[in-house]
Amino acid sequence: MTGLPEPDLTVDCRSMRCPQPVIELARRIADVPAGGVVAVLADDPAAATDVPAWCRLRGHEYLGADDAEPGASSYLVRRSR
Amino acid sequence: MRGVPNSLRGYLDAASTEPLHPAAREVLAEAYDAGWADPSRLYGSARRAQLLLDNAREIVAAAVGARPDEVSFTGSGTQAVHLAVLGTAAAHDRTGRHLVVSAIEHSSVLHAAESVPSAEVTRVPVDRSGLVNAHAFAEAVRADTAVACLQAGNHEVGTVQPVGEVARLCAERGVPLVVDAAQAIGRAAVPADWAVLTASAHKWGGPAGVGVLVVRRRVRWRSPSPEDERGSGRVPGFENVPGAVAAAAALRARLAEADELNRRHSALVDLIRSRIPELVPDVEVVGHPTLRLPHIVTFSCLYVDGEALLTELDKHGFAVSSGSSCTSSTLTPSHVLEAMGVLTHGNIRVSLSRSTTEADVERFLTVVPDVVARVRAITGADGL
Repeated sequence: MTGLPEPDLTVDCRSMRCPQPVIELARRIADVPAGGVVAVLADDPAAATDVPAWCRLRGHEYLGADDAEPGASSYLVRRSR
Repeated sequence: MRGVPNSLRGYLDAASTEPLHPAAREVLAEAYDAGWADPSRLYGSARRAQLLLDNAREIVAAAVGARPDEVSFTGSGTQAVHLAVLGTAAAHDRTGRHLVVSAIEHSSVLHAAESVPSAEVTRVPVDRSGLVNAHAFAEAVRADTAVACLQAGNHEVGTVQPVGEVARLCAERGVPLVVDAAQAIGRAAVPADWAVLTASAHKWGGPAGVGVLVVRRRVRWRSPSPEDERGSGRVPGFENVPGAVAAAAALRARLAEADELNRRHSALVDLIRSRIPELVPDVEVVGHPTLRLPHIVTFSCLYVDGEALLTELDKHGFAVSSGSSCTSSTLTPSHVLEAMGVLTHGNIRVSLSRSTTEADVERFLTVVPDVVARVRAITGADGL
């Protein structure tokens, strides 16, 4: 990890195509309390742009990404409220 | 405005191609009759073809603020871009192999830059509105920079770039600026300090298969193609005289109606920009709010599959395009939307043609909210 916090919840979106990973993130964000961290594990290249954009539109904090495994990344989101 | 054929009702994809302008259609048959001969030969019909070509060149030159002998016609806008980037790089290869491009150039510019032998390409980022910072662009220019490339206006989101300022800053550093003006010519004025400019006739209502390459006389340029005596040594192959004549006729007609069309298009784009966020929940209108081409407006709908959106809109008779990955052959999202950091899915680009009416836009605004709601319901994303 590159200074990113451990997630409280990981949503496995591998093999899902856009916009499904963002839909899954929106569904599951309420499963962590405010301040909790959700990781979206995705191999769809659109997730790299769409997860941060979703955070901006929804008022959550985008923490960054790391290469979870070859071809897939883990995008970390902190629930704001 | 003349009557609009039914097939053009709901056509909102002028940034892909504008239907043939009536002024071009009028001269096309005549130009095939009068301009069929080889313009480089020395007999009457050849001289007539050469005269038609010269006349077309003069019209285009006047429209872009250049001299006629600086203008060449190419086989497409893409060919013009390739020749512009590769030819300017070739003539400046002693300076270096470094190129500076904006991150949201048309893919033809990015691919051409990457294909320069031993090229090192710097992509200058844009802000969230798709705007290049002129000083950041100039700072990317180095002592070994052979060519810089900046589009006049963006083809996907309509943002107009500070080409005048960037051209001046590049000129101060002795670096030629190539300007892809495909979306701007016929619609928006392009500042004059560029070194090389490219355009595409079918974007302004000319025929397909005609591009424009303009190389300033003071700018060094060397053909990247095998030697060929045609096209002033710039563009290989037999000239498409009738195509050039029709392209010039369309451009002249288009410029004559530009003020009226731009006013109309700007008002309709403003209407879409203000109404869409009121009518559709969770939507992001992208592109610069004021520094923009008159005819393009783009928005992204959260939780929406772009391909499903295009299909549904097509069923309602609307032709639009999308930068979403599911609509691309490579299944990657638009590099323009990525560079801007805006939502790439559920993306719709609306671009107004000269035949677009207020009624078209009103009907579009009526249909889109239902279509978006339906597509969201299918993926179970309604109420998120």
